[in-house]
Amino acid sequence: MHWEVVWNNMDYFLLGRYPAGPLGGLALSILLALGGIFLAFWIGIIFGLLRLSKRWYLRIPSIIYIEIIRGTPLLLLIFWFYFLAPVIFHRPMPEARTTLMAFAVFTGAYVAEIVRAGILSIPKGQMEAARSSGLNHRQAMTYIVLPQALRNMIPSFVNQFVSLTKDTSLAYIIGVQELTRAATQVNNRSLTAPAEIFFAIAVIYFIICFSLTQTSRWLEKRLSYRTAGKIHQKAIELLDDSLE
Amino acid sequence: MIRVEGIHKWFDDFHVLQGITEHITPGEVVVVCGPSGSGKSTFIRCINRLEDVQEGKIFVEGKDVYSSDVDINQLRADVGMVFQQFNLYPHITVLKNVSLAPIKVKKMSKIEAEEIALALLDKVGIYDQAHKYPAELSGGQQQRVAIARGLAMQPKIMLFDEPTSALDPEMINEVLKSMIDLAKDGMTMIVVTHEMGFAREVAKRIFFMDYGKILEKGTPEHFFKNPQHERTKLFLREIL
Ligand SMILES: Nc1ncnc2c1ncn2[C@@H]1O[C@H](COP(=O)(O)OP(=O)(O)O)[C@@H](O)[C@H]1O
Ligand SMILES: [Mg+2]
Repeated sequence: MHWEVVWNNMDYFLLGRYPAGPLGGLALSILLALGGIFLAFWIGIIFGLLRLSKRWYLRIPSIIYIEIIRGTPLLLLIFWFYFLAPVIFHRPMPEARTTLMAFAVFTGAYVAEIVRAGILSIPKGQMEAARSSGLNHRQAMTYIVLPQALRNMIPSFVNQFVSLTKDTSLAYIIGVQELTRAATQVNNRSLTAPAEIFFAIAVIYFIICFSLTQTSRWLEKRLSYRTAGKIHQKAIELLDDSLE
Repeated sequence: MIRVEGIHKWFDDFHVLQGITEHITPGEVVVVCGPSGSGKSTFIRCINRLEDVQEGKIFVEGKDVYSSDVDINQLRADVGMVFQQFNLYPHITVLKNVSLAPIKVKKMSKIEAEEIALALLDKVGIYDQAHKYPAELSGGQQQRVAIARGLAMQPKIMLFDEPTSALDPEMINEVLKSMIDLAKDGMTMIVVTHEMGFAREVAKRIFFMDYGKILEKGTPEHFFKNPQHERTKLFLREIL
């Protein structure tokens, strides 16, 4: 086995040629995933809300966007943006940026569906109570429905983030220097340790994704409206009763 | 104060409200009862436009509830509502549940709104729970929070839709007591309930609804001593 190939190139896997050259490797993968999910979050909120609108001219475009994207492979979107973005914006564009757009637009459609499901999961009585106290629709959404929906969304949202983190490896195809491409380059240079290299890369992806899902579990528990407090209290009451 | 003029409502082809005309005066407490599915909830939900009607009009303090140029949020601020399932906001504290609307709708300062909220919570007997979350409270306490929340906008009218139906029996009285206090303060109230003790004590009139109509109405005296309709007698025999 040639594990030294992995260790000797660890800097390159984690940071690319940075600081001497451009940022790459895992750092770029994470940056793409973070940037992508951040943009997708806002796209998702907007299109999720639009999809629930009573007005057809808001709803229909949103449905079209969501359904087209959901029926398109991410790789194709990456190609589209790679070839089309420079044409549309009339200037050359770094591959990393066109992929970021593809990630945002792609994940945004899925987040929109998560947002829609999250909003629909909130009982109708919440909106009615808010409206009947004089809040307008936007205020009721902002202060009452969305905060609860967002909490319910955390697990699905993190899932989406994990998917995207793994999918950043697709950027490899158009030459973005992220983790998978860094691994391929090292492999092509050394030619002695493909199994070790790709195993190490898999472990890196796994560590990132696993810690994300664990954090999401922890968050979910922390944000569960202190219902645990009530159960605890009930238990004490029962105990008191049984001791009498 | 509330004038209902010949309202009809359909859910698709189901004729849920079949012509209701009523006039409710300031300070009046009206109890609405009747079999399940007779349209009681739908009726009171029309008063603050949580439901639409297809025919007829409703005026609240002279304002046409269904006209397109009424400020519906303003109007709703004057009409508090308490629901069977409480519908408290689970993600914020009791104090914020009560003070949210005054802050957001009336643009009241946080300090002032919380002062009012605490006074209301005190009035319904749960001052010391202000910083808890709704899930930490008993059903009776939650419903009293809902009453305080309804009162926070200083409404002129309060609507109650079966406020005690979801409660364990031992918690019903604490909620009814808050409502009786409110009635004695002179609040105009429409209360959908089958709590006939409450009706006897504070109702000025009782409406009996059946199949989308107010079949019989009158003072509690009239209502309990000599109901006119067979359906009313049957209903009273079942619930008393
Ligand atoms: N949103 C709705 N869509 C269709 N039918 C409804 C809806 N809400 C209520 N109904 C029907 O209207 C009737 C009256 O309902 P409701 O006013 O809730 O009665 P009550 O409060 O007297 O029990 C019931 O038969 C109910 O099934
Ligand atoms: Mg009802």
